[in-house]
Amino acid sequence: MSSNVAGVLAVALLVAAIWVTYRPLGDYMHRTYTDQRHLRVERWIYRATGVNPDAGQRWPVYARSVLAFSLVSVLLLYLLERIQAHLPWNLGFSGVAPPLAWNTAVSFMTNTNWQAYSGESTMGHLVQMAGLAVQNFLSAAVGIAVAIAVVRGLARRRAPVASGAGSRDDVMGTGDELGNFWVDLTRTTIRILLPICAVAAIVLIAGGAIQNLHGNRVVDTLTGGHQAVTGGPVASQEAIKELGTNGGGFYNVNSAHPFENPTSWTNLFEIYLLLAIPFSLPRAFGRMVGDRRQGLAIVSVMAVLAIASFAVGAAFQAVHHGTVPTAVGAATEGTESRFGVPNSSLFASATTLTSTGAVNSFHDSYTSLGGASLLFNMMLGEIAPGGTGSGLYGMLVLAVITVFVAGLMIGRTPEYLGKRIGSREIRFAAMYFLITPILALLGTGVAVGLPGERASMLNSGAHGLSEVLYAFTSAANNNGSAFAGISVNTTWYNTALGLAMLLGRLLPMVFVLAMAGSFARQHPVPVTAGTLPTHRPQFAGMLGGIAVILVALTFFPALALGPLAEGIHA
Amino acid sequence: MSTTLTAGHEPDTGPDDGVGGPSRHEGPRGPRRIGGGMLDPRQLWHSLPDALRKLDPRTLWHNPVMFIVEVGAVFTTVLAVGDPSVFAWLITVWLWLTVVFANLAEAVAEGRGKAQAAALRRTRTDTVAHRLTGWSPGDQPNDISDVPAPELARGDLVVVSAGETIPGDGDIVEGIASVDESAITGESAPVIRESGGDRSSVTGGTKVLSDQIVVRITQQPGESFIDRMIALVEGADRRRTPNEVALNVLLAALTVIFLLAVATLQPLAAYTKGLQPAIPDSSTLTGHGITAIVLVSLVVCLIPTTIGALLSAIGIAGMDRLVQRNVLAMSGRAVEAAGDVGTLLLDKTGTITFGNRQARAFLPVGGSGGAGGSGGVAEGGGTSDLMLADAAQLSSLADETPEGRSIVVFAKERYGLRERAPGELRGATFVPFTAQTRMSGVDLIDPDDPATAASAASAVSGIGWVDGGVRQIRKGAASAVVAWVRAAGGTIPDELGEIVDGVSASGGTPLVVAEIAGRGPHPQARVLGVIQLADVVKTGMRARFDEMRRMGIRTVMITGDNPLTAKAIAEEAGVDDFLAEATPEDKLALIRTEQANGTLVAMTGDGTNDAPALAQADVGVAMNTGTSAAKEAGNMVDLDSDPTKLIEIVEIGKQLLITRGALTTFSIANDVAKYFAIIPAMFAGVYGGLDKLNIMRLATPESAILSAVIFNALVIIALIPLALRGVRYVPSSASALLSRNLTRYGLGGIIAPFVGIKIIDLLLQFIPGVG
Repeated sequence: MSSNVAGVLAVALLVAAIWVTYRPLGDYMHRTYTDQRHLRVERWIYRATGVNPDAGQRWPVYARSVLAFSLVSVLLLYLLERIQAHLPWNLGFSGVAPPLAWNTAVSFMTNTNWQAYSGESTMGHLVQMAGLAVQNFLSAAVGIAVAIAVVRGLARRRAPVASGAGSRDDVMGTGDELGNFWVDLTRTTIRILLPICAVAAIVLIAGGAIQNLHGNRVVDTLTGGHQAVTGGPVASQEAIKELGTNGGGFYNVNSAHPFENPTSWTNLFEIYLLLAIPFSLPRAFGRMVGDRRQGLAIVSVMAVLAIASFAVGAAFQAVHHGTVPTAVGAATEGTESRFGVPNSSLFASATTLTSTGAVNSFHDSYTSLGGASLLFNMMLGEIAPGGTGSGLYGMLVLAVITVFVAGLMIGRTPEYLGKRIGSREIRFAAMYFLITPILALLGTGVAVGLPGERASMLNSGAHGLSEVLYAFTSAANNNGSAFAGISVNTTWYNTALGLAMLLGRLLPMVFVLAMAGSFARQHPVPVTAGTLPTHRPQFAGMLGGIAVILVALTFFPALALGPLAEGIHA
Repeated sequence: MSTTLTAGHEPDTGPDDGVGGPSRHEGPRGPRRIGGGMLDPRQLWHSLPDALRKLDPRTLWHNPVMFIVEVGAVFTTVLAVGDPSVFAWLITVWLWLTVVFANLAEAVAEGRGKAQAAALRRTRTDTVAHRLTGWSPGDQPNDISDVPAPELARGDLVVVSAGETIPGDGDIVEGIASVDESAITGESAPVIRESGGDRSSVTGGTKVLSDQIVVRITQQPGESFIDRMIALVEGADRRRTPNEVALNVLLAALTVIFLLAVATLQPLAAYTKGLQPAIPDSSTLTGHGITAIVLVSLVVCLIPTTIGALLSAIGIAGMDRLVQRNVLAMSGRAVEAAGDVGTLLLDKTGTITFGNRQARAFLPVGGSGGAGGSGGVAEGGGTSDLMLADAAQLSSLADETPEGRSIVVFAKERYGLRERAPGELRGATFVPFTAQTRMSGVDLIDPDDPATAASAASAVSGIGWVDGGVRQIRKGAASAVVAWVRAAGGTIPDELGEIVDGVSASGGTPLVVAEIAGRGPHPQARVLGVIQLADVVKTGMRARFDEMRRMGIRTVMITGDNPLTAKAIAEEAGVDDFLAEATPEDKLALIRTEQANGTLVAMTGDGTNDAPALAQADVGVAMNTGTSAAKEAGNMVDLDSDPTKLIEIVEIGKQLLITRGALTTFSIANDVAKYFAIIPAMFAGVYGGLDKLNIMRLATPESAILSAVIFNALVIIALIPLALRGVRYVPSSASALLSRNLTRYGLGGIIAPFVGIKIIDLLLQFIPGVG
């Protein structure tokens, strides 16, 4: 079987798998967030942390909870890294240097998982498990929690007159509350992430991924040399790395490492894991707003963008006209021979489309336009389907902007799901939309403008620019994959990229929660023939179009000097 | 009777000193689309001085997009002065033109209002008011002091006599007068204003033509209706509407993004060029990066200048379109709300049906005739249609009420009965309607020879006389006529009750026709039949309501009729719902219920008891003929007092938003082509491959950039007419509208600049230093 046929089959299998789990997983998430009861273990947690799980939070409280939790997460992880030398299972590694510790702490808290270090030569098992893996769960859960809060804002059907304790359509009261962050966080972790990860880890172990607490084992190689092979709790970390769209590998080469991703079917399984939740959340969204077609419309836009992007990216990998690619039929440089070009392209597209950032091949070695397609995936703002939670709320913000423009064109004050989009809502949507392009472009501009930072570029010219652009786009969009090719473990890059990750994560969350708070206060407008239907292909098409055009217009000049200059030949 | 000025009057062809001239709308009949407000090229020229005045940065600051363009223009001017070149100067000139064109759009829109305001100001001349002191209704106006009109305070009483101008807004407290309101409405026919009731309000600046009235001033000094109109049409207190604010936020965000995309491009470009020092500097790219002029050009081309330039003109023109239809909106917010209306409350009378009921059928009583065999009665013993029609017509000849006229007309149309002039019938005495008798009719007594007169009359009418002598015909309310027949000894056929009930059930009003005819002391009294009066639904209403339904607007008919009648008319007219036996409280409650469900409600009203509902409604259109209270409560006033205009107001509201949305989409879509012009122009020198992006094959980098800048400026001028006129609006479903506008302004917005820029480039290439 040629690798191209294998690639097509892999995609077909993947689409089928997501198709099959879209409904049950989405419905399960819907049940999770609308359930009135608490599990016993959850009640223990609430009691221990002093949380009243039945108290609803208005958007400022919800946002403050997110921010406070994120701050504590960063501090704890930073502390853990710094005192690694004094911790058990440190494999003899010393504490992590402050700039790198900051960068890594922020990176894992923000679900970016940008790694300016090599896992096997920097982090001991305890930091990996208690620090990084824990953040893998929690950062994913925070993203989902915020997405659910935003959906609640849209779904909230407030009684026009204060009717007291009337029908409780949701677990959290009838006012303009968005839910309770602590409950959402706990439920996501306990009811969704942990069970799936337990199963996924076992599947990965069955596939050959390792799971132990070994330190470095020195083995004799065939050529007579010695090599230290690091063992560790890899499978468990791998499961949440993909499921939570985190991407921080146990090993430096990430999913290209045979202990993380042993076979081509585990490769496919990992891709499925990283797509599963982002693609199923729209179903939960549709259920929560009481119209499953709305979820279907959103997921369709995600799917069409994803498939189109993959097709374009894979095509650029396959048709590149360099000497070697022509000889072997595809651009094989930087890919794992176990997976082949199509499955590498598939992984690369999936990981950049989902803000995961795990890699099974070397993105820097992709063809210029193939690399550009990966860049473009991230520039879309991680919405197709995007990260766990962040993909959904990013897409909803775009939907709000699309509805605004479309609504004007049909002559009504625009409304989405019965909620009017006034200046307050559009202000928050616009600020959300502004953040990541600002961070990515500003970071790139400054880095290229500073002579010292320019020196970090290992490649010069267009490719060098692509690398810097990729780094900041990846950080600002909380993707975490790297083009590599620049020495980023410098104080400046660690700090700047850390800031990009932090602001790129938290500011949009605050803005989107504020927007949801505005929506939650509104009493919905009834649907009439004059209402713009947002579940039809027409709207889905416009949403996809606006996403692509806005991104293209924003990044076209930068792309022109980077991958386009490199890829388009005279 | 109603003095309502209805739409459809002939346009006044005389000198036009009113606001926006006479009502030129075509009324509710026949297909009409919102349009109007064509641009006269001379207006552009006349508005140029205003446009130049608006270059003042303190004014322009309120429009961030254009302000940035102006800053860029100043910057390039400085550069062009320091380092002159054809390219630099051409760019500079066109950047300035971009700003001027934007100002021109606004100035033209405002200019139309100013002309109207000037006309209005003329009416606000130095009127002298005759103020009364110590006067109470019924007194002779004695204690009069003359004061200038502007000194009148609220509550003052003034007396206005024939030929004088009313000094301020108020309500008539005594008297009745015909008033020429053409200064405000543009309608030359005088209207009647009288104390009490719903026609008591008068407007300052209008003229009393006859009689004398005492008016209680209801305005504060300087806040008269005309003052407000002037402010409105001038756009003096124009505040941004919520939707405009929201759109501005989006435009600002886009501007920030594009500014940033261009600003961060500079280090990248400098780095790129720095790596290839062998490539000579060009007019677009040097070792320091992109040249400042090109950078400014890029920013101006990318930021949404098209919509930024036209946004305020669209808003002003929208208000103007209303004024042209003789509607004054008290705020732009109300106009916008009109586009969002989900429920229209329409008064039945005058809006859905003609103001008065009309004869629809003559229903003869079949078996009447009592003792039978009187001379000319048809053989069957019953009354024929024709006999009934004739009797009905005779009884209505002198009846000047619209109902009475409609009977005569109907008899002529249906039965070919010639209308007889009242004087034509000798010996006829007409009996007018009184509240006591509740009947009207005619007594025919032949003064000459009864027999010959009778036969002569028969020849005319085709109906036999009862042996000459006396013939009394009456028509009126069933109970009154029945009592009249009984008193004269006649019998009432059982059938009558059924016919009367049937007419009522179908939504009509039954009028019973009876006669007493015969010679001698015992003439025959008998019931002839029933005239069915019914509301006549205006033609084309059903089609309009269907249109409304497609737009997602629910129509509710409000009527004082009983539910049965209301239902019949509602079905005939095709409204979605009706409110029967409606009281003002019911109306208010209905509005509140609709609003609680999140629906915006529009209504019209004129009476004082409509005021609470008008105030509660999201769009409350008060009739100009209505009371001051109604006009105060509503947020729009229709000077033509045409209730169907609500439908047009909704369309104008929608059109306003659509125009904004369409031009925003167009503006953003334009950027695609501009990139394809400018990016290769900047970088093809260092990366030859990027010349492949020059898909328009523009001649030189300079001509490419200049073409984009010129297109960007010209498109503003090209779209001014569209901004003023508004995008054509055809009522249809949301999806259909979106598809249409997306294709036209989205797809069109992508394609048009490719063509436009290429054409401009073809011309520019002949300019030395550019081509």
